[in-house]
Amino acid sequence: MSTVKATSPLGPPSRPRRRLAPVKIASFITLIITTFLMLLPLFFMVSTSLKSKREMLKFPPTFLPESWAWSNYADIFETLQFGTLYKNSLIIAGLSVFGTLLSSALVAYGFARYRGRGNNFWFILLLSTMMLPYPAIMIPQFVLFSKMQWIDTFLPLIVPAFFGSAYNIFLLRQFFSTLPEELFDAGRMDGCGELRMWRTIALPLSAPALATVAIFAFIYSWNDLLTPVLYLSSSDKFTLPVGMASLTSSRFRIPPWHLLMVASVLAMVPIVTLFAIAQKQFVEGIVLTGIK
Amino acid sequence: MFVIKSESRRQTFYLYLFISPWLIGFLIFALYPILSSLYYSFTDYDIIHPPKFIGLANYTEMFHNELFWRSVKVTLRYTFISVPVQLLLGLGFALLLHQSLPWRGFFRTAMYFPSMVSGVAMSLLWYWIFNPQIGLFNYMLSWFGIHGPAWLMNPDTALYALIIMSFWTAGSGMILFLAGLQGVPASLIEAANLDGAGRFRIFLNITLPMISPVLLFQLIMGLIDSFQVFTQAFVMTQGGPNYSTWFYVYNLYTSAFKEYRAGYSSALAWVLLIVVMLFTAVIMKLSRRYVHYEGGSRR
Repeated sequence: MSTVKATSPLGPPSRPRRRLAPVKIASFITLIITTFLMLLPLFFMVSTSLKSKREMLKFPPTFLPESWAWSNYADIFETLQFGTLYKNSLIIAGLSVFGTLLSSALVAYGFARYRGRGNNFWFILLLSTMMLPYPAIMIPQFVLFSKMQWIDTFLPLIVPAFFGSAYNIFLLRQFFSTLPEELFDAGRMDGCGELRMWRTIALPLSAPALATVAIFAFIYSWNDLLTPVLYLSSSDKFTLPVGMASLTSSRFRIPPWHLLMVASVLAMVPIVTLFAIAQKQFVEGIVLTGIK
Repeated sequence: MFVIKSESRRQTFYLYLFISPWLIGFLIFALYPILSSLYYSFTDYDIIHPPKFIGLANYTEMFHNELFWRSVKVTLRYTFISVPVQLLLGLGFALLLHQSLPWRGFFRTAMYFPSMVSGVAMSLLWYWIFNPQIGLFNYMLSWFGIHGPAWLMNPDTALYALIIMSFWTAGSGMILFLAGLQGVPASLIEAANLDGAGRFRIFLNITLPMISPVLLFQLIMGLIDSFQVFTQAFVMTQGGPNYSTWFYVYNLYTSAFKEYRAGYSSALAWVLLIVVMLFTAVIMKLSRRYVHYEGGSRR
């Protein structure tokens, strides 16, 4: 530090500020270019989904469809039973989100509010399960669930969510810890039970954190491929990712490119909608629970 | 005295009441599977017939199995390129966006957008992008006069195609870095600025240490995620061509659920578990010198 000080005499305070301008221009240009590169695949995803089968095979790819083939979006419902896939995925993701929110909020509240014996030990154990790779435990889980006759049902995809997930518990605990103690003292004065304080004080104040957890849980369940591939065997129970994965299989001599893109666009819709609704809460949630 | 004791008992009671869902889940869905897969790893087991104890045979077979070593090589190569580059890109984007610039909100959303497409949808999209005849990637290369390779159909380039694809979701790391950067006190930066410290020095001596916990967290989670790559291999390449994208977990999945060798796969699972724990432990230990925690002493 001292060498820098010695070489640069104290200039007028405006000097460093003026020097920032070229940096900002360079940043702006870099951002324009990277954003263009990031968005280009998405642009083509949407535009390709609306091209006719013939136009799809053209090289170089056309930016916008020459004729807009809206019928592609109807075709996918015939080729793939897309309606069933979508419904299955929505049911599973919806119940998983509900289960994750309920259980993670309860557990996180316990860790944040009660200094009971063993709190630290269990919390460290919880954090260490974040490292536990699912493939490392999937075989015994599969054996367990097949003994319970749960194969080819949605249960293995939903029930574990009701027992909390480490990352989300961690996130919510960080948030609950910032709630002022006085709120709960006041609640206790009023004769509030512990569960009631959780429901009427902690939860309503935690909307950003809960929205963040809901989004994470939804994306996780919505995108999960490995678990449904293991557990679901009849095609009317398949989830969206399982059905979509079959589009690249060898049963198509030429991959149905337009359907690949239609499926991808439609798979994205719920996630984008969720973000659009909860964006403010989500950003706030990430900032407030930021890993420190 | 009595009051204090009953208060601490009350606290303990409610602690266990509230965390019981996770405790039960931990025992059933984590601890039991870990221990039983350890047992299965010493057996010959096909899920249908009862397991037969065979000692270390699964482990010795593994170390002589060519596909095992192939999967290790593929996974490590993917990890060692994809994780650091994703971190750097995420941090770079975050630093660019942590200034007052026009269109900031738009840039932030646009960078994060690809992360919403992850999973099978992303794999299908990039399956098309990398298609050598009609795909976007070689078309864009042709702007610069480059004749692109066959990407996913060429054993020499397939893995690199998947690595390039992974950069597309660097925006999810950027969000976390941005949150970290917001936690760096402006007063510290101003003070350094007044002392005449340049941008680079401020970044190296103030910003970087302050966000090092975020960096560490992302490094570890990034490693764990990339050790578990499955979707891309399943959807885009089926481990090929010529096993060039034969990822560790794809290997594990195939031997467990295609060849019904649950004993051997359990040994694979345990090796994965140990490797993940080792990597995490080593990184944590090395990082102790560099990572700064608020309120803790640094040296």
